[in-house]
Amino acid sequence: MSRARWFAHPLGSFGLLMVWMLLVDDFSSVGHWLLGSFLAILIPRLTSTWWPSLPRIRSWKYLFVFIWHMLTDIIVANFQVARLAFKKIDDLQPRWVQVPCELEEDIAIFLLASAISLAPGTVAASVDRERSILTVHALHCEDEQALIAEIKRRYEQPLKEAFACSAL
Amino acid sequence: MLMATWIEYGVAFFLLIGSAFALVGSIGLHRFPDFFMRLHGPAKATTLGVGCVLIASMLYFSTKDEGLHVHELLITLFLMLSAPVSAYMLAKAAVQQQVKTFNRKD
Repeated sequence: MSRARWFAHPLGSFGLLMVWMLLVDDFSSVGHWLLGSFLAILIPRLTSTWWPSLPRIRSWKYLFVFIWHMLTDIIVANFQVARLAFKKIDDLQPRWVQVPCELEEDIAIFLLASAISLAPGTVAASVDRERSILTVHALHCEDEQALIAEIKRRYEQPLKEAFACSAL
Repeated sequence: MLMATWIEYGVAFFLLIGSAFALVGSIGLHRFPDFFMRLHGPAKATTLGVGCVLIASMLYFSTKDEGLHVHELLITLFLMLSAPVSAYMLAKAAVQQQVKTFNRKD
């Protein structure tokens, strides 16, 4: 490790501290804040060699837009799948959809695939880094192009804005 | 330790909604004909079903005892991290094994 910094990952440290405080479920104790901070500084330093280089977050606003889209879609789409579960099975049209993906960063692709999997009705089944194609299985899909357009508009666009794309 | 009635209503509401969605997820798991469609059931029941149950739990314990108890948020966090990954691994394995898929009549 050439650059030994105190805060290898400031966000990671903050996240660890929060997880620690939530785990002990006691926000009023000074001791736990101290112990949590100690761990939050120590763990990212010890493990920093294994971390891939994380991209910078360019726009927090778009990251929140992405999370907001994800949460609302989870709720709306749950109702859709609930309806599908009671429909006649023969009416369902399961389909494999190939979504071209323009994201570059590992973490952005991970977030996109997770969002697709969490939103009911679609599961991301394979990521092809060479051709930049996400294979998505849709439970019921009448219009392939509409689904692709929706994924691109609601998830990929905010993610592209949120992470600085170094390659472009 | 007198809990306001409307909080009890709220807790009951979220519990009912949450268990309803978990039930629907299981019904889907039972009814869907092939592996990939069944994958949708459990990967989904975790999102809204468990989410609602956790909201009910947070409401209940925050009002029952002193102070805010929100460590259920961690369950949501870890579920949201792990559910897509496990669904992805299952789908990958199924593609590799060439699992039979549901043949439609068209």
